[in-house]
Amino acid sequence: MINKKVANVAIALDGVSDNMTFMLGGFGLSGIPENAIAELVKLNIKGLTCISNNAGVDDFGLGLLLQQKQVKKMISSYVGENDEFERQMLTGELDVELIPQGTLAERCRAAQAGFPAIYTPAGYGTEVAEGKETREFDGKMYVLEHAFKADFAFVKAWKGDAAGNLIFKGTARNFNPNMCGGAKITVAEVEELVPVGDLDPNQIHIPGIFVQRIFQGEIYEKRIEQRTVRQRS
Amino acid sequence: MLDKNGIAKRIAKEVQNGYYVNLGIGIPTLVANFVREDIEVEFQSENGVLGMGPFPFEGKEDADIINAGKQTITTLPGASFFDSATSFSMIRGKHVDLTILGAMEVSENGDIANWKIPDKMVKGMGGAMDLVASAENIIVAMMHTNRAGASKLLRRCSLPLTGVGCVKKIVTNLAVIEVTESGFKLLERAPGVSVEDIKDATEGHLIIDRAIPEMEL
Repeated sequence: MINKKVANVAIALDGVSDNMTFMLGGFGLSGIPENAIAELVKLNIKGLTCISNNAGVDDFGLGLLLQQKQVKKMISSYVGENDEFERQMLTGELDVELIPQGTLAERCRAAQAGFPAIYTPAGYGTEVAEGKETREFDGKMYVLEHAFKADFAFVKAWKGDAAGNLIFKGTARNFNPNMCGGAKITVAEVEELVPVGDLDPNQIHIPGIFVQRIFQGEIYEKRIEQRTVRQRS
Repeated sequence: MLDKNGIAKRIAKEVQNGYYVNLGIGIPTLVANFVREDIEVEFQSENGVLGMGPFPFEGKEDADIINAGKQTITTLPGASFFDSATSFSMIRGKHVDLTILGAMEVSENGDIANWKIPDKMVKGMGGAMDLVASAENIIVAMMHTNRAGASKLLRRCSLPLTGVGCVKKIVTNLAVIEVTESGFKLLERAPGVSVEDIKDATEGHLIIDRAIPEMEL
C-alpha cells in the first residue's frame, strides 16, 4: 500500500502559490472541498485561476476566495448565485470563461485520461465556439475543446483510506471524480478516513492511483443552497 | 389561455412509458407533477442523479442529495448517482429520451436562446448547451410573449444562442407548435385562444394548414 495520508490540511496544501491553476470539485455548495478552500483563504495566495462548475455564494465556498480578491480567472458553467462575483465580473476585475457544464466535465476527464482534447457538439454555432476548431463527423458539427492543465485538483469525498481510494455520497459526487488525477497534484479531503482494508474494493469510485494526498477534513458545514420540502399530507 | 401549470400539464402528455426525461428549471420542473401514474418514467438531473423523487419532508433534507436547481430532493427505488462526465454521457450520447427546457427566444428554424442577456444577465449556460446540442427530442416550455408583450417565437433569435436548429416542439400559454423545415407549424391552440390571437403573438413564420383543434388537457 502506498501511503497518501497527510496529517492535516496545511500539509495537504504544501506547494500552492500565487498564479496557480486549481480544479475544485462540487456542484453548487454540494461536495465542495470546504477545508481546502478555508486553507486557501488563510494562505491568501493571489492571482488564481479556478476551474469549478460554480463560484459559491457570497459567504461560502469559492465566494470566500472572491471576497479576498484571490481569484484572477474563473472557468465555470454557471455563476448565478454570487453578487460579489457579478460585481467583479462587470468591473473587469475578474476574468470569466463560461463553458457548457458537460464540456467542463469532459475537459477535466480528458486531463485525467490523457486526451489532449475532445470533440463535443455542445456550443456549436454559439459564441462558446468562436475561434475554436470545428469538424464534421457523420453530418454533425463538433467543437474541439482542450483538456485542462492544472497545478492542483481539490476534491471532496465521503469516505477514503490512506491508499487514496475514494467513495462519494449522493450528488456530492458531481465533478469530484472527474478531477482526480487531472492536475499535477490531487488533494482529496474526506469526511471519514477509514483504516486501509475497510473499504470494499468493489465499491470504490476512484482508485488511489489518481490521488496524491488525502486527509480527513476537520469540519463540514455542508450548507444547503435551496432548502425545498413537501408538506406531510 | 394556459397558466404555467397548464403548460406543464400539456407537456406531460408528451411523456411516454419508458422515457428517461431531463427537466429544466422553471415550468419544466412542474411537468413531473402531471405525468400519468400508470407509466414508468425516470427523471434525470444533470448534476448526477437518475430516478429523482419529490422534495423531502421537513427534517429529511440532505445537503448531499440535490437537483440541478440546487434544491433538496429525494430519490425513488431504482435510483442511481453518478459523476458529471457520466451524466453528460447520458445526455450527449442520446440516452435521455426527452429534454424539456425553458427559453427566452426560439427561432422558426429551431434555434434557441436561453442563457444570456448581454450586459444584464450573464449567469452561464450550465448544462443547457450540452442538452440542446444532443437531444433528439427537445420540447420548449415558455410563455408565448415576454413581459413587454413581444413575441418569443421569432424569425431569428436576437439574444446569444444556446443551440442551433435543435428545438422540435414548443408549448406556450397559447399554443402547441412544431418546428418544421418551413417554420412554426401550429398544431393546437389553448382553451379560449383563437388562431388570430396566436398569429398576432408570433413574429416568425406561422404555418396554418388545417383547422386547429383546441388542446386536450
